[in-house]
Amino acid sequence: MQEGKPLNSRQVNRELLVSILNSPKWFFMALAILGFIVLAAMSAAGFMINQGFGVTGLNRPVMWGFFITNFVFWIGISHAGVMLSAILRLSKAEWRRPATRAAEILTVFSLMTAMMMPLIHTGRPWRTVYWIYTLPFIPFDFARGIWPNIRSPLVWDPSAVYTYLTSSILFVMVALIPDFAVLRDRTTGISHRIYGMLAMGWQGNARQWKLQVIAGVLLSALILPVFVSVHSIVSWDFGMAVSVKSWHSTIFAPYFVVGAVHSGVSAVALVLIILRYIYSWQNYIRHEHIDALARLLIVVATGWFYFFVMEVIFGFYGREADEIAVRNFQFTVSPWNIWMMIFVGLTYFVPVSIWLSRSMRRNLWIMSLACVSVNIGMWLERFLIIVPGLARKQLLTFDWYTYRPSSVEWIIIIGTFAMVSMLMLTIARVVPLIPLYDIKEGEILRTEIKIGRVTIPAVFRED
Amino acid sequence: MVTQRIDHKWGMVVDLDRCTGCQACVVACQAENNIPINTKSFYQQRRAYHWIRIERYWEGEFPNVKAKFIPIMCQHCENAPCEPVCPVFATYHNDEGMNVQVYNRCIGTRYCSVNCPYTVRMFNFWDPKWPKSLRNQLNPDVTIRTRGIMEKCSFCVQRLRRGEVNVERRGIEPLTGERIPAADRKLNYRQMKEGNYLPACVQACPTNALQFADQNDNTGPVKEYFDEANEQIETRHQGGHVDEAHTRVYRLFEEIGTKPNVIYLKKVEPFPLDKA
Repeated sequence: MQEGKPLNSRQVNRELLVSILNSPKWFFMALAILGFIVLAAMSAAGFMINQGFGVTGLNRPVMWGFFITNFVFWIGISHAGVMLSAILRLSKAEWRRPATRAAEILTVFSLMTAMMMPLIHTGRPWRTVYWIYTLPFIPFDFARGIWPNIRSPLVWDPSAVYTYLTSSILFVMVALIPDFAVLRDRTTGISHRIYGMLAMGWQGNARQWKLQVIAGVLLSALILPVFVSVHSIVSWDFGMAVSVKSWHSTIFAPYFVVGAVHSGVSAVALVLIILRYIYSWQNYIRHEHIDALARLLIVVATGWFYFFVMEVIFGFYGREADEIAVRNFQFTVSPWNIWMMIFVGLTYFVPVSIWLSRSMRRNLWIMSLACVSVNIGMWLERFLIIVPGLARKQLLTFDWYTYRPSSVEWIIIIGTFAMVSMLMLTIARVVPLIPLYDIKEGEILRTEIKIGRVTIPAVFRED
Repeated sequence: MVTQRIDHKWGMVVDLDRCTGCQACVVACQAENNIPINTKSFYQQRRAYHWIRIERYWEGEFPNVKAKFIPIMCQHCENAPCEPVCPVFATYHNDEGMNVQVYNRCIGTRYCSVNCPYTVRMFNFWDPKWPKSLRNQLNPDVTIRTRGIMEKCSFCVQRLRRGEVNVERRGIEPLTGERIPAADRKLNYRQMKEGNYLPACVQACPTNALQFADQNDNTGPVKEYFDEANEQIETRHQGGHVDEAHTRVYRLFEEIGTKPNVIYLKKVEPFPLDKA
């Protein structure tokens, strides 16, 4: 079934640990550049907090802009982790193996980045830390009669996202234990001791393997409801807003979840292609894996496109003047109509027409372009839901306005992308981004023996 | 401290037939509530503060044109969409039927403003600044809001409180300054009457287009309108038909179900524009 030649475990260890044991020359250079961008974004955020929200482009009807768009975008990216690890693990898709770890770690980092956005989006972030972000760490200050308003989607949001973050970190750490043990045995000094601690006494005996597998399967099953709920709840930030005509729709939860999987899986495919390129992991991230991801993406993208069309049709179907005004703004007012065209093209038509051809799916340059185009498109999707909805909120035409992001917002947005890249690079130096034990397991499962004239798998799994 | 309370339910009636769009209410509100001066740059950034604003709409084609004015302030909705979405209870309903904003609680998520169909919630994008000459003009009864938080029309709650204190504690008739006999210093409808607690915009309106009183007060000017509006809601809930051609009473965006405590009276058109 699988392509590529068989690998022995010694070779797997040597090749996959290359990102940790010897770092290339460009590594620190790239890290420094990304770090500089992140620093610039942090200074921009500091400037904004110091000066007030006047430095952004937000105004009265459009009170939410780039930051919330970016928040939803990064939450969307995070959905790849569970999609690839948990769902494909439970459905026993063999080709998931090299993609899982990168997807999970991308999940963790994009969630962390996403949760910074609402924080700097609020007018008084220092109070937001006290009010909302205490939720996962310390209890609310109930003793002084300070209660959160649990009717607010903004309280559901951090609850869901932090549940997802916690379970994703658990998921990554459980999967990392055998690999930490490998690293413990191949390092010396302080890193040896740290990896030893993280490996938690892993010896690789049968009982430990059994526990690790059970923990992985259990976490996969438990994380699935969280996977559905997180982006549903993020979409309810908009869906629950009765006053914003185009947001107040029941289709938003499935629409956002499918869109999140669409952008997230594309982002993982892009990360895999980059990893393959920079660490020469041609034996592990093979064309068949990218191909499989692309075929999965055709289904996801088409599902997403269905919801997109339905959302627009529902809008027109009511024929209410305020809803028509929003659609009018989205589809006919320049430059929004141009962005709308770009968004639909980049999210659906360009990538899906690429993915329909096998040779295109296996051309990594074209694949990475398609993945980038999906993510630009999905970013625009959130933007084109949030801003036009607010700019044409209700029929009081006197208050209609538009939105023009300021340079501060641009810098912060670019900074979040640099931050996720920087964190991914850094973690590549610390943990193997392709799970060693999972690859080895796949290798064992694909060994075949010949009995007479038939070839059958040498190993069967019980589960 | 107020000891004897009556169940207030404040309400405002805006008579659009009387409104001339003179903006006196806007200026009065600005002065009463310590709203920062709206400079040119504030208008250019589209961030001017108006707790009450006059929206102007043109009707008809040139030269056959009419200007229509509608003053819009916080509607103090009974089912306010801004209230459930605030994660920190910075905005809530008090027991006098008013939607109140707790500035100290607000963290500036701006969700309330996003969810307000009337777009009446003002966000402090910048630190409020006044010229030095205006420092002594600030109203000591009203908090100065810092940047990063939301603010909005409060129905001049400070004037209500001052009216109550004047009647009950100081025994002074707020309008005339006469002494109230000790036995009569009670918070009832006779004492807490219109004029003792008017919001600044109502007081400033030269044509009496704005009226403010207790909705339960039989002697007050607004009760009949609120009774009619509530009847309309009841009729609609039971599937009945409201003859809109023969009533002037309406509420803004009633279809959202916010049940505002502000009622508008339609403009009477003695000379309607020729529609043909």
